[in-house]
Amino acid sequence: MTLILDIVLRLAVWLLLAPLLPGIINKVKAWVAGRRGPPVLQLYYDLAKLWRKGVVLSTLASPGFVAGPAVAWVALTGAAMLMPLGPAGSVVSFNGDVLLLIYLLALARFCTVWAAMETGSAFEGMGAAREVSYAVLAEVAIIAAVLSLSVETGSVSLVTMLSPSLGTGAVLLAAGLFTVLLAENCRVPFDDPNTHLELTMIHEVMVLDHSGPPLAAVLHGASVKLLLFTVLLVQAVLPMGELSPLGAIAALAAGVLVVTVGVGLAESLLARLAFRRVPLLLTTAFLFCLFALLVAWKGGAE
Amino acid sequence: MSASTPFALLANATSLPWADVPAWPVGEFVRTTANELTRGARLCAWFGVPEDTATRIVAVLAFDVDNTLAVARSTPFTGAYPSLTTTHTQAHLFEREVWEQHGLIPEGHPWLKPVRKNNGNAPANGEFFRVDGREVHEVAVGPIHAGVIEPGHFRFQCAGEEVLHLEIALGYQYRGGEEALIGGPHRATMSQVETVAGDTTIAHATAYATIMESLAGVDDRSSTEAPLRSQWMRAIALELERLANHIGDMGALAGDVAFLPAMSACGKIRGDFLNLTALICGNRFGRGLVRPGGCHLDLDGERAAQLLERLNTALAETEQAVGWFWDAASVRARFENVGLVSPAQATEIGMVGPAARGCGLVRDVRYDHPAGWHRFAQVPVAVWPGGDIFARAKVRSLEIQRSGEYLRAQLATPVDGNLHSELAAPVPDTFAVALVEGWRGEVCHVALTDSAGRFRRYKIIDPSFHNWTGLTLAMRGAAISDFPICNKSFNLSYCGFDL
Repeated sequence: MTLILDIVLRLAVWLLLAPLLPGIINKVKAWVAGRRGPPVLQLYYDLAKLWRKGVVLSTLASPGFVAGPAVAWVALTGAAMLMPLGPAGSVVSFNGDVLLLIYLLALARFCTVWAAMETGSAFEGMGAAREVSYAVLAEVAIIAAVLSLSVETGSVSLVTMLSPSLGTGAVLLAAGLFTVLLAENCRVPFDDPNTHLELTMIHEVMVLDHSGPPLAAVLHGASVKLLLFTVLLVQAVLPMGELSPLGAIAALAAGVLVVTVGVGLAESLLARLAFRRVPLLLTTAFLFCLFALLVAWKGGAE
Repeated sequence: MSASTPFALLANATSLPWADVPAWPVGEFVRTTANELTRGARLCAWFGVPEDTATRIVAVLAFDVDNTLAVARSTPFTGAYPSLTTTHTQAHLFEREVWEQHGLIPEGHPWLKPVRKNNGNAPANGEFFRVDGREVHEVAVGPIHAGVIEPGHFRFQCAGEEVLHLEIALGYQYRGGEEALIGGPHRATMSQVETVAGDTTIAHATAYATIMESLAGVDDRSSTEAPLRSQWMRAIALELERLANHIGDMGALAGDVAFLPAMSACGKIRGDFLNLTALICGNRFGRGLVRPGGCHLDLDGERAAQLLERLNTALAETEQAVGWFWDAASVRARFENVGLVSPAQATEIGMVGPAARGCGLVRDVRYDHPAGWHRFAQVPVAVWPGGDIFARAKVRSLEIQRSGEYLRAQLATPVDGNLHSELAAPVPDTFAVALVEGWRGEVCHVALTDSAGRFRRYKIIDPSFHNWTGLTLAMRGAAISDFPICNKSFNLSYCGFDL
């Protein structure tokens, strides 16, 4: 019984809080630009609106076109269930759950790409190609980050891995994971979530043909993924294990807020990268994570 | 150099009797035109004039170095003629247009297809240049775009992210503008000319007013000039139009690379400059200000002082916003060496305006063919070598500074006198040319009156007509994801092209 209650509560926290993040980012961007900006709750309104709308389906598309966003959303929510929330831990925790997390994220990406290819549109094929080629580099960086945490804690279970002491590699890890967060969630300087120019998009161009509830699933799934990466980053860097449970939760919330505002500031002050330079930055992120791994491995031996 | 030309010479904003325009059989006409183009002339206009069942072709050339224009015509003919495009690429769109409008076939034209009308079908349904190969894929963009912009169709041939070829199909905005002017001037003519390209109202209206003034003769050839005060007003309005659009473009370029500070600021400042135009004439796009014979609305001393004060504020804000733009390395990295057009290409296809000046070409109607107030007060020509997006943006930001300085100087020394003088009816059987440097480049109007003094032919060439080809060249070998910034750096008009 308590397990069911626990799951419901966690789902509520993850699913209900996630759309807040894009709202905060947009508010920060508006504030830097001297504009009033959209309401912080705008994504909630958008999701409610999309949920009530009908779906326009291409006659060429197979059922995979709708199944893609649905499976991706479930995969992302599942990944969220594996992610521990400070002292509250996670629903299921087992040895190697971090690998499942990585695979769930990959599954979500695969499904989005699959749905994008369904319509046969030149735009969406282009977006899918970009998404997949940059993912190759971003995933290497994540795996390096996970390895460094694993080496440092000697565990492959997320709950143990994410409560390290503030090691020397934390700064490196923070830089690497923040860059990966920006890339994975299609933020500036990798992608521009606000642009209307199909030819320059990565993620947005893949979901151009979705409408109504499937689009709502895509948008909501993207916000869950953003929250997931933010929580991962904060917990990988902050030594929360030593705080009281309440203090740890507060530190986590504050950390998530700081990272979100940081994303907003990065978007406000940086221009986008040309696509040919994206691999350079992603490789840099990988190197950050790799050095964090080296520090964890060699530095911890003393 | 131009002294020995067989063409008839005339200065910008003047007219000459139709009978004085030399006429040759079309073969010789094409050959002579080709010779002049080889000697450094530039093709401003190339269009047909129907004569009974046949058609004459008229060529207007510009000798920029000699500050003079030259005109010649062919004798009436039907059917085919040897294409000028085979030797001079800058004629390629003109010849397609003449073929579309009059059915004269340029023999040897490499890519003869309609310019605007496509046999009742949408332009996107026409035939496109295709690149073959297993790796090559085609991307079709438009005519409906994601932003609130004009319709146009872009067909890319890509190998991965690299663009091998871009072909642009326009004509969705075709309104029959030139046809509507024939038999004019009508009551609606002024409004029609002002809306040829809504963002270039002052330039097109000034060109039309200049045509009417150069055609108005009391008895002989003596054209009537607009009062100096109105010429001064037109120059001010023209620079305000340039400032508003250039700043809007800088903001749009920043927006396309997701650089928010400059985007937001420039968008707001563009509005400030539009409001300055509204201060003069009551609306933000300069409608109703320029009229044949002068200006319709005056700028009294109090409003002139207010204009100067608000101008200074807006210019200071501009300097700051454009400063952020140039200071951000992440912005410069996106613009340098992207969307390259070489000076040779720009010359070959006859590019004009900031796009041409961004290739290092010194080409500015205000300097090369001064008319109106620009005969007395010049603006330095802003040129930047490079031919990339950076250079086109740099030319804009230089022009913002220079137009700002020009406006300050002009507002400090207002011209007294009448604002409007009555024009006599246009002289019959006369040919007139007016060039104005709009913010996109050379706006060219050509008029020919019939025996009753009405328009027999009225030709409008918006700078976009010359420059769309430049955009396709800039995209060759570029990444398809750079198309939007490349397109913004040209920012060409769809309706000005489609007419």
